[in-house]
Amino acid sequence: MAAFGVGGNRRLTGHGSPPGFRFTLYALLSIVVMVLDQRGGWLNQARFLLQAAAYPLQLAVSSPSAAWAWMEQSMQTREVLREENARLRTRESELALRALNYEGLARENAQLRGLKEALPPIADRWLVAEIVNVELTTLRQRLLINRGTTNGVFASQAVLDDAGLLGQTMHIGPWSAEVILITDPEHAVPVQIERTGLRTIAVGAGNEGTLALPYLPANADVKPGDLLVTSGLGGVFPPGYPVARVTEIHRDAVQPSAQIRAVPLARIDHDREVALVWFKDARVNNPEIQPQPVPHKSAPAAAVVPALVGAPAAALTPAAPKAAPKAAPAATPAHPPDVTPKSAPPEEAEDAVK
Amino acid sequence: MNARMREPYGRIFFTVLLALFLSVVPVPSWFDAARPAFLVLTVLYWSIAVPRAGGLTLGWIAGLALDIFQGSVLGQHALALTLVTYIAVREHQKIRSKPVFQQSLIVMGLLFIYEFVVFAIDGWTGHVLYGPLRWLQILTGAILWPLAAALLGRSHAPR
Repeated sequence: MAAFGVGGNRRLTGHGSPPGFRFTLYALLSIVVMVLDQRGGWLNQARFLLQAAAYPLQLAVSSPSAAWAWMEQSMQTREVLREENARLRTRESELALRALNYEGLARENAQLRGLKEALPPIADRWLVAEIVNVELTTLRQRLLINRGTTNGVFASQAVLDDAGLLGQTMHIGPWSAEVILITDPEHAVPVQIERTGLRTIAVGAGNEGTLALPYLPANADVKPGDLLVTSGLGGVFPPGYPVARVTEIHRDAVQPSAQIRAVPLARIDHDREVALVWFKDARVNNPEIQPQPVPHKSAPAAAVVPALVGAPAAALTPAAPKAAPKAAPAATPAHPPDVTPKSAPPEEAEDAVK
Repeated sequence: MNARMREPYGRIFFTVLLALFLSVVPVPSWFDAARPAFLVLTVLYWSIAVPRAGGLTLGWIAGLALDIFQGSVLGQHALALTLVTYIAVREHQKIRSKPVFQQSLIVMGLLFIYEFVVFAIDGWTGHVLYGPLRWLQILTGAILWPLAAALLGRSHAPR
């Protein structure tokens, strides 16, 4: 039985132009569109509109899993909720304590370095976004979230969850944004091994939900369990945010580089919500952190430090008196070698997405 | 059959929308590699069955929609789908007269061309292409063809 019920006597070219002509037209149109889209985002405006048009269907696509999640949630018993509530409360107080500790440490660190710039950039504003659609395949690891330009989301914005770095935004629509995850094989994060300060690049490994560190030599000082944090190079992610933990290292005598795998700290396949972060970039146009004249030798160290760190910070921190003498020598270099470039230009920011 | 019968535009639209939905709905990753190209199969069916209504324009628009949903380079799937649709429209009478098994083989060839174009553009635009798994969907698509054709045939030509 042939699979077609419709009779074959209808003419192909009843109206309109012949298919050969139309094919050429559409093929050329596709190629033009591809070139424009590939070369420097000429079609960003069109993509923005199309993404807006596609959003309702994308919501529909995610509705089965969303409905399931809703059902699951509404079926939860009182007991389970109460337990979760208690657990979250303990965690919150624990986090609050840790945050106190962190503030103190950050200030002490800044004083030790004698630089305001050493303060890790502060998350200025958070926005929680719901995950609308998840795509986790070998070739593509993407999320679609329900926030877009109407919420102030911009391209290449850092996306985190409570455990670590998740990825960055890519195509932005008015109400939605596509997030490329750090495990996507087309994504690379500039990282630093926390223990040693060694800088390298972590590339997504695709399906296994891991990261690879392909650019470290075989004799690099890496151990399983090492924490990778963002190095801040490239300008997309601020320095010091936890990314992943090294799990496997293979050192092959034949190969010049070690094969290193790391597992992201963010729970990529469990998250239902993610956080978009705006960082207060204290480094841009701040006269205090521009190259400073070398302080006069006779100037008392204590006078230099509050000027650089900010007087209230030094006054509040108990560690300030201890840190002050050490800070004086560190304050002298005009161009600290170990800090990230000031306000990375946009071209550099693009580097993080290959 | 009556040549003046109205073209089933509504059915084409809904089945293509459904196929797009099936192509982008999240599935477990083990199934994702083997997920048949529902959209391509549907567009191919309509191009062979009613080449005047479902043809190049349908293929191009459906491909562009897939590009938006998958975030790929705009025009990538549009070009691939236009190419296979063109072949299908040109040869629709020959394909139509074949038994279902042979149609499956032809569809397999078309799916290969489709996937090859997508693969080539992935390569030119500097995307990642590892993994032989991407070719698996050609096989599953060809296996699914008789079922898809029967279902779609029932949808527009009740007997």
